Amino acid sequence: MKSIRAFAIPVALIVIWEAIFRFRDVQSDTLSTPSRIVVALVQGLGDGSMLTATGDTLAAGGLGLLLGSVLGVVVGTLFGLVPVVSRGLRLTFELLRPIPAIAIVPVAILIFGFGYAMETAIVAFACFFPVTILAEAAIRQVPPRLSEVSRALQMPLAARLFKILLPAALPRLFVALRLAVGIALIVAVTVEIAANPMGLGQRLMLAGSSLRPADMFATLIWVGLLGWVLNLGLVKAQHVLFPRMAGSSDAAT
Amino acid sequence: MIEVRNLSLDFGPTRVLEDISFDIPAGEFVCVVGPSGCGKTTLMRVIGGLLKRSAGTVARHGETVKGPARDIAIVFQDYANALLPWRTAEGNVSLALEAAGVAKSERQARIHDLLRRVGLGNHANHYPSEMSGGMQQRLQIARCLAQDPAVLLMDEPFGALDAMTRQRLQDELLALAADTGVTVFFVTHDLEEAIYLADRVIALAPNPGRVQDIFDVDLPRPRDQLATREMPEFLKLRRALFEFMQAFEA
Repeated sequence: MKSIRAFAIPVALIVIWEAIFRFRDVQSDTLSTPSRIVVALVQGLGDGSMLTATGDTLAAGGLGLLLGSVLGVVVGTLFGLVPVVSRGLRLTFELLRPIPAIAIVPVAILIFGFGYAMETAIVAFACFFPVTILAEAAIRQVPPRLSEVSRALQMPLAARLFKILLPAALPRLFVALRLAVGIALIVAVTVEIAANPMGLGQRLMLAGSSLRPADMFATLIWVGLLGWVLNLGLVKAQHVLFPRMAGSSDAAT
Repeated sequence: MIEVRNLSLDFGPTRVLEDISFDIPAGEFVCVVGPSGCGKTTLMRVIGGLLKRSAGTVARHGETVKGPARDIAIVFQDYANALLPWRTAEGNVSLALEAAGVAKSERQARIHDLLRRVGLGNHANHYPSEMSGGMQQRLQIARCLAQDPAVLLMDEPFGALDAMTRQRLQDELLALAADTGVTVFFVTHDLEEAIYLADRVIALAPNPGRVQDIFDVDLPRPRDQLATREMPEFLKLRRALFEFMQAFEA
């Protein structure tokens, strides 16, 4: 019952929206009707253009996410383990961190030109900093008792890292991954809107500038859906993988 | 076997332990008591090599202790933090064997033997979160026994357990110690527990922590929760230790 009631308002708004356009015969270059948007979405999916664009965005975004997250976990772990390194690089890190990812687009274009490499690099840049910070915190928050156990057992550094520290930090690292996935999608689409002629962002821009509002909104809804499904999948994965952690991090999202 | 000589420890400007000396012969069960803040746990950590001393020496078999050693096992009070929650009982015991470089083929049999010895034979595949406090502490003891220790350092291991579980674990520990001949250094704030378990009780005085007195416990073994605790010698020691503790209450 509750879920049905929750749908009442959105459905009513869509119906009213459709009705106004039908009965008042509104002509617009910037707005479209729900029915036309659905038709555009089905068409886009049918002729494959939407899926190609989605593939491009996910490929560049995913690769950037992978690169940025792996680097972030490595550097964050190092920072967490060796306070001297963390302090030494703190200033450099904090000077680079506030640079908006989108501001390095011109630099990235100069280095990589247009295409996957440029977008991947910018997404990686955007994911790297938050993942580093969260990974460092995750390593620091491993109960000191566990480190003492590994010392008492005289475990070598590699064993300590892979048998104690990283498994203990894993639930928090997964939260970092969830955050990074969201950032990757936003940055990938933004880069495509701003500069890179590929993917869903470009599709959005083209539809808008060539006065095809139905297509534009269809793409917009598709991007939203994509983000929603990605997050849902990660939340579900988190519940399965780290049941005890899941409850506490839901509030943070 | 363990010789502590003129041991002192400073945390910054504060002196925590001062001029502590005692010997523990191999196979002896020694308990350490004292009012809170007297440095019992700190003393245990120095002997275990987890903390560096500021002055004096700690030696084993005549060799200076420089850091943790594999044959010194430490049982922590907070068993929940000391176990790996992502490993089963079996996996937690295995950790110590892996660290000691025991071949994979040998591990399984030793793990099951160890779990059986602490009464967890049927819980090999359970995670710590699925176990009671007493079982988790047994599991930690099993992991420590997997180190095949010559010395067992225990930091208020039964402090967080209920009275019945605590008594059962006391008896199990005494049986294990008798079986293996391990030397035990046992920190507790429970005076009766100390007398019940120990061959000798070291009483520490606080600010800074120093040895106030060492009591010999002349009670027959094996000990019995009812009979031993009613013996005149037990009651005499209990009074002596209570009076010692009361001197620091004011």
